[in-house]
Amino acid sequence: MFHHLNRWLFYFGVWLLLSGYLHDPLLLGFGILSCTLCAIVAWRMDVLDPEKEPLRLRLMSLQAFLYWPWLLWQIVKSNIDVARIILDPKLPISPTMISVRPIQRTDLGRVIYANSITLTPGTVTTDLRGDTLDVHALTQSAADDVLAGDMGRRVAQMEQRS
Amino acid sequence: MTLALDLLSWLALLGGLFFLAVGGIGLLRLPDFYTRLHAAGITDTLGAGLILLGLCFQGGWTQITIKLILILVFLWFTSPTATHALARAALADPENSPPMFHKKD
Repeated sequence: MFHHLNRWLFYFGVWLLLSGYLHDPLLLGFGILSCTLCAIVAWRMDVLDPEKEPLRLRLMSLQAFLYWPWLLWQIVKSNIDVARIILDPKLPISPTMISVRPIQRTDLGRVIYANSITLTPGTVTTDLRGDTLDVHALTQSAADDVLAGDMGRRVAQMEQRS
Repeated sequence: MTLALDLLSWLALLGGLFFLAVGGIGLLRLPDFYTRLHAAGITDTLGAGLILLGLCFQGGWTQITIKLILILVFLWFTSPTATHALARAALADPENSPPMFHKKD
């Protein structure tokens, strides 16, 4: 019951933020009605099991608050690197494929790691199955950065603290 | 204050334009499909990000800014997934040419 109420509050918060109808009782009523309908549908369909819904908790944990800004900084840095390579007249690329073993335990952690690798320009995750994660890198140094595993350790840390 | 905000906004918009242009140049200059994905990554992340940031400065503390930030969040969650799907689909087809490797010195 608590989860459903929690979810309803979340829906209504998003609805208020996106619609902005704070002063119109009629539209506010419609908003409450549609949020309730959504909560009932989600409850009836039983697709959102609170035990299998760890995403929100993890995204909100302290480690996550440290991880996302760090990732943003990495993205900015690698963007500048790749832009410099592209604008260089000699085009100094050294494309390579590597395989790494993800050290994260959960699927969510691995997906966050793979997505983070793809999100930073210069490296793209091409495959993630079992215990290997294939990465295509634009340069050897970008590949070395992935092999050094700094990002992987940070994602694993986020996993443990949640 | 408005001037400073406008300045910041223009700086971000111009930066975004620069990275979008670099992404386009990269698409043309880079030799094969897989390396071109990296150029597309630039337009997805900093290009779109800086443009939206510049628009946020124009919007100020309003609902518009909230929506712009939400757009950015969704874009940054979905674009790596799309890139990954593209790369994986390209690798899965044996008729495609394999990714280019540089020669080790």
